[in-house]
Amino acid sequence: MTEKTTTPKVILEVKGVSKQFPGVLASDNVNFDLREGEIHALLGENGAGKSTLMNLIYGLHRPDKGDIIVNEKIASIHSPNDSIALGIGMVHQHFMLIPVFTVAENVMLGDETVKRGSLDRAAVAARINEISKQYGLDIDPNAIVGDLPVGLQQRVEIVKTLYRHAKIVILDEPTAVLTPQEAEDLFRIMHDLTARGVSIIFITHKLKEVLAVADRITVMRAGRVINTVNPAETDSAQLANMMVGRQVILTVDKQDHEATEEILKVEGLSARDQRDLETVHNVSFSVRGGEVFGIAGVQGNGQTELSEALTGLRHPTSGKVTIAGKDLTGKPPRSITEAGLAHIPEDRQRHGLVLSYSITDNMALCDYYRPPFSQHGVIQPKALDENARKLIQAFDVRTPSAFVNAGKLSGGNQQKVIVARELSRPVKLVIANQPTRGLDVGSIEYIHSEIIKMRDRGVAVLLISAELDEIMALSDRIAVMYRGQIVAVVETKNTTREQLGLWMAGAHVETA
Amino acid sequence: MQSEKQSNSLIKRILQSISEAALIPFLAILTAVVIGGIIILLVGGDPIRAYTGLIQGSMGSRKAWSETAVWATPYIFAGLAVALAFKGGLFNIGAEGQLAVGAVFSALIGYALPEWLGFDLPVYIHLPLAIFTGMLTGGIWASIVGFLKAYTGGHEVINTIMMNYIALNTTSYLLNGVMKDKSPTNVIARTPLIAESARMPEIFEGLRVHWGFVLALFVALFIWWLLNKTTLGFEIRTVGLNPDAAKYAGINVKRTIVITMLFSGMLAGLAGSIEVTGLNYRHELGFSIGYGLDAIAIALLGKSHPLGVVLASFLFAAMRNGATRMQFLTQLPVDLISMLQALILLFVAADAIIRYIYRIKAKGERVVLTRGWGG
Repeated sequence: MTEKTTTPKVILEVKGVSKQFPGVLASDNVNFDLREGEIHALLGENGAGKSTLMNLIYGLHRPDKGDIIVNEKIASIHSPNDSIALGIGMVHQHFMLIPVFTVAENVMLGDETVKRGSLDRAAVAARINEISKQYGLDIDPNAIVGDLPVGLQQRVEIVKTLYRHAKIVILDEPTAVLTPQEAEDLFRIMHDLTARGVSIIFITHKLKEVLAVADRITVMRAGRVINTVNPAETDSAQLANMMVGRQVILTVDKQDHEATEEILKVEGLSARDQRDLETVHNVSFSVRGGEVFGIAGVQGNGQTELSEALTGLRHPTSGKVTIAGKDLTGKPPRSITEAGLAHIPEDRQRHGLVLSYSITDNMALCDYYRPPFSQHGVIQPKALDENARKLIQAFDVRTPSAFVNAGKLSGGNQQKVIVARELSRPVKLVIANQPTRGLDVGSIEYIHSEIIKMRDRGVAVLLISAELDEIMALSDRIAVMYRGQIVAVVETKNTTREQLGLWMAGAHVETA
Repeated sequence: MQSEKQSNSLIKRILQSISEAALIPFLAILTAVVIGGIIILLVGGDPIRAYTGLIQGSMGSRKAWSETAVWATPYIFAGLAVALAFKGGLFNIGAEGQLAVGAVFSALIGYALPEWLGFDLPVYIHLPLAIFTGMLTGGIWASIVGFLKAYTGGHEVINTIMMNYIALNTTSYLLNGVMKDKSPTNVIARTPLIAESARMPEIFEGLRVHWGFVLALFVALFIWWLLNKTTLGFEIRTVGLNPDAAKYAGINVKRTIVITMLFSGMLAGLAGSIEVTGLNYRHELGFSIGYGLDAIAIALLGKSHPLGVVLASFLFAAMRNGATRMQFLTQLPVDLISMLQALILLFVAADAIIRYIYRIKAKGERVVLTRGWGG
């Protein structure tokens, strides 16, 4: 046991709390406690009940049964205002900020300081500076929030809670939107906060992060607390087992495989983003059948625009894209799809799905217009139903029925719908952009194995990911993208994590 | 056995979705009627007598039913026009103008074509031609807005409003000028009567209800089929719900926007044509004032579903038609009806009020009618 020398007092306790939603027992007799000054990680897959528990603590829901005890007193929390008054602050996964307002304006929003009938910006800015200095947050109160990078926007959210004197801060999936460097900064800030007596509940499903920063770890599954452990006494495999409820293979099982002929050829491709800046600059590479070609890089180095230019969602400004011998430069998405592309898009809710459509309709989103789904311009519901039923089973989509709207599914199941739709077609090339972002262990494992299956079947796979581990586990060759250019291409077996990390950070290299 | 079970659950599902969709509009109407009754009381009227008059006037006799159907006909067409655009993610405020364009061209074909040709046409050619011309011109008028939206990003709300001004003022110019009824006694801005061969036959002798009403019901059924059962309908709905996903799925988003506006305008144009060929036998300035705008209310109340539009059209038609009888019985002004309609709409649009009053939990996502300027 690595107990701290002085036993810290319990600042928040959840005792036997249950919450029933129609059809699901989202919290089932949950016990949970948070000690003063600790980082307590709450680990679980999507739908395990982490968010429900936090919503109960934050006053967005009321428990059916059980008590929430704050500072050794039973708290009756009816709304976020009550929880804020009790010193609880929450940083949501999707930020609650107004981009055109300054940091100070955002922070005071809902709790404005007024002097002689107008906002006292100076006083608020002074307090933000004070908080910023105290916790090493490095935030300029007069900056416009929309101009700040995501990592800093998140700090503004943290400042918001501290400004309201929060002693307990709930961070909901805080690293989902961050680059590895930004995540490191966040962890440092979390430690600074706890060192000054703030207690943190850290919600995540990333095992590594939990082991790196948490003082204690509580694992939830299907609305129940499975166990609370110390990081020193556990490892990734054990945590994954608790999360998923079965053995999980954390490494990808991948045999050597001969690559065949060139399927995707990209020559001197350039593209501009919305702001008309050239974010893809003279990129050339090729992907052969039967290989996974990974593009590594810190987010925002042109990967989004590159994949959009390749899939027809964005017009390239120059260069040439050839798929299976056909010149498809600047062609619309349908031509490229018909040439044999399967596209797993970066933003599954924006591009990959129509959330208010049923799974059935989403399963045919790219093929709805051709037989057997359409005959003479009329949709054939039977063919759609059969297709959906087959794919739901084959790709293990967890849903009560095929009529459920895609928006009602968990992130992992939404992604499975896209993967099922795209990989079940006869394709020559798969472009997968961030295919496992924000997903749980079970789904990641599944999607990785599907990608490898495609490769083993002789399909060319272009994998774009900001997760270096994912790139290294799946790819046969790796390209590193930095500021819109491919700065290196290497065989996976001839490189190391450190080497790739250096290239990703922009260390100058000769292209191998 | 298995399939029977499945079809049972299918029927159950359909019924459930209907009752869910209709719940808010139904409660909105109920609430509006109650509040309307209170207001009638406050101004010293008798709400029971007023509502009795309303029902008698709209459904109390064969003639009342006929007149309600007459009112409902343009409402159904124009309501479908707005509803179809909503489904495609577009807010067509221009039904009023498209309707006027359709009416003008229908009337023109109706009275002038035999003159131009120098001989009379049989009804089975002349009538369809008049209707079709009105429909098509209404569609072309609206598709201009579709082009502007798709290729320049010009927002359809602004452009349909502007196009309304152009259409209505041009109509006024034409009806006061070259298209004016030249008969010596006429002082009104109206076209001459259309030829007999361009008129719709009546269904029942002595009643004004015409075949246009039957056509409206068929067109509603067709639009439902188009939206839900065809490839084009799938494209329209996908673009309406998520244009990014539509583009990803290979749908030509720009073309779909233009087609949606074209179809929407055709429906509005049809509303105008049918009024000319089925009811008035001419186009007269000001006959349609309000149809195109009421159509927005009808599409909202009907939740943009063709069946909902038909039902909402009936409600609005019954209220308009029964108003006269109500006024006769209670001396309450007809404007009360506008107030009732406004209350219904208020509660449908601000459904949170209804949900609060009747303690209904919000379910699923909210209806997104149109997106912001960037959309």
